Amino acid sequence: MSHATTGLKDHRPAPAPAARPSLSSRSLPRLAPLGFAAVSIALGVGVSLAAGWHSRTQWGLLSALIFLAVSYAVTTAVENQRQARDRLATSVVWVCFLVAVVPLVSLLWTTVSRGVERLDGYFLSHSMAGVLGWEASGGVYHALIGTLEQVGIATVLSAPIGLLTAVYLVEYGRGALARAVTFFVDVMTGIPSIVAGLFILSIMLIAGLEPSGLMGALALSILMIPVVVRSTEEMLKLVPNELREAALALGVPKWRVILKVVLPTAIGGITTGVMLAIARIAGETAPIILVVFGNQLINTNPFAGEQSSLPFYIYEQYKIGEVAAYDRAWAAALVLIAFVMILNLVARGIARWKAPKTSR
Amino acid sequence: MAKRIDVSGLSAYYGSHKAIDDISMTVEPRSVTAFIGPSGCGKSTFLRTLNRMHEVTPGGRVEGKVMLDDENLYGSSVDPVTVRRTVGMVFQRPNPFPTMSIFDNVAAGLRLNGSYKKNELAGVVERSLRGANLWDEVKDRLNKPGSGLSGGQQQRLCIARAIAVEPDVLLMDEPCSALDPISTLAIEDLISELKERFTIVIVTHNMQQAARVSDRTAFFNLAAVGQPGKLIEIDETDRIFSNPSVQATEDYISGRFG
Repeated sequence: MSHATTGLKDHRPAPAPAARPSLSSRSLPRLAPLGFAAVSIALGVGVSLAAGWHSRTQWGLLSALIFLAVSYAVTTAVENQRQARDRLATSVVWVCFLVAVVPLVSLLWTTVSRGVERLDGYFLSHSMAGVLGWEASGGVYHALIGTLEQVGIATVLSAPIGLLTAVYLVEYGRGALARAVTFFVDVMTGIPSIVAGLFILSIMLIAGLEPSGLMGALALSILMIPVVVRSTEEMLKLVPNELREAALALGVPKWRVILKVVLPTAIGGITTGVMLAIARIAGETAPIILVVFGNQLINTNPFAGEQSSLPFYIYEQYKIGEVAAYDRAWAAALVLIAFVMILNLVARGIARWKAPKTSR
Repeated sequence: MAKRIDVSGLSAYYGSHKAIDDISMTVEPRSVTAFIGPSGCGKSTFLRTLNRMHEVTPGGRVEGKVMLDDENLYGSSVDPVTVRRTVGMVFQRPNPFPTMSIFDNVAAGLRLNGSYKKNELAGVVERSLRGANLWDEVKDRLNKPGSGLSGGQQQRLCIARAIAVEPDVLLMDEPCSALDPISTLAIEDLISELKERFTIVIVTHNMQQAARVSDRTAFFNLAAVGQPGKLIEIDETDRIFSNPSVQATEDYISGRFG
């Protein structure tokens, strides 16, 4: 039936061209946020000075709040509500980013600027043998050796155990046993390092063992294994199931599928995970105090006798309370950060080198 | 080479859910058999029972018999790994190994099984790539990653990988559903060539494709969602598409379904 025969008229209003707003509207220039930032910092500093605040933290927080308010208000006035909300969200992200980065940069800057005073070849190649606390000599060699050996042994112990556990959980684990393993890995992740140290210490007391680098490595392994398991597990889960099926359908036994297809596909992420775990344990002090005991002399044998380590050395130097000792502590902190940083860069390099290639 | 598959009374389960019910059929050697039917009717599940890939899924189990010539695939002393070397599979989505080059992808089956002679490997790879009509396109970049190829090339790479281990049967689970018409045509031509050497079973949602490539067609259906899928009929493709013996088949093929 058509409208003509029934006499019905189309009562819908004709679309009015004028009602539709133009597609373009007033907008702030692209660099407007920079202007907001400048204005709000000026305002923040001005108000803080007027109020007589001394803390730079207060100045910063006030400026940040003014920044959020100003960008929201100006955008609402010039553009519209939706743009203003968008701007607010962006601004919050930026402020949070700055709040997170400022302490990090400050920490790095302080460590580098104070650490370089004592950091040289002599510092890296000498121990504290016969050096008195106030003397401006001595070095970190014995602690560096200790950290390298303890972390190295801990990695050799934890990486295979963690890797195999993760392979079990992802590829084989079903039912109660897998759930129990997952649960205990989660619990282990939360163990404070001092407790791991106490655990090894109690074993040492029961078995009559002496403090040594190996004991420290064992305590560090307890901390490292769950981190390796967790990160490796996540990486293995990322490997598409289709690849496993493709390999199985070629008549490849499951263990070879895991070894030759699943692990190589995930190796980049696994390496990164292991490196991050190493970085975590390299900074542990508590277990070292308990079970490695510290040493002023070079002990290259991790299996007998006390050793030192970088975090322990920092703690020890700080406790001396002399200017020269503080300098050594900062320099050692710089060495430790550099050590972790180099490890991270190596890990990223390996991850990039090993990652599945997609280029033509 | 090419073997006959004889299925009798086969049911497959996911946990307690019965996915396919009591299927019996014969797949002739050196022919193409197509499985058609609505989604969820168990075509793919049935296909996966033919090389024991079904049990890779957690909770997957199978009842019944699948005879490959005169051996039961589900016999108690049969190793599923050996079955999969005899019955190869190509998947819906192309899945080359991302860490491996084109050459390594094709060689993967032989290398990972450890059953090859080094000096034969290059020959097998070339033969398989020629068999998959891919050799001319990739012969200059065999050591480039397989994931850099186009979708259609990747799927032919996967076919080359599957035929490199010289299986007797080749199962294809909707091998063209992710491909454009030109790549689809390339794969269909390839299937017609491959049936000279292999027994081929192909699952497809494309009825023209079933009509074009297959010698026999099996129609699967399910009574209702949640019910197990059943084999409705299997016959010469010409008969299924011109004069099927079951009304449901005709309804499905002519689009009057449901």
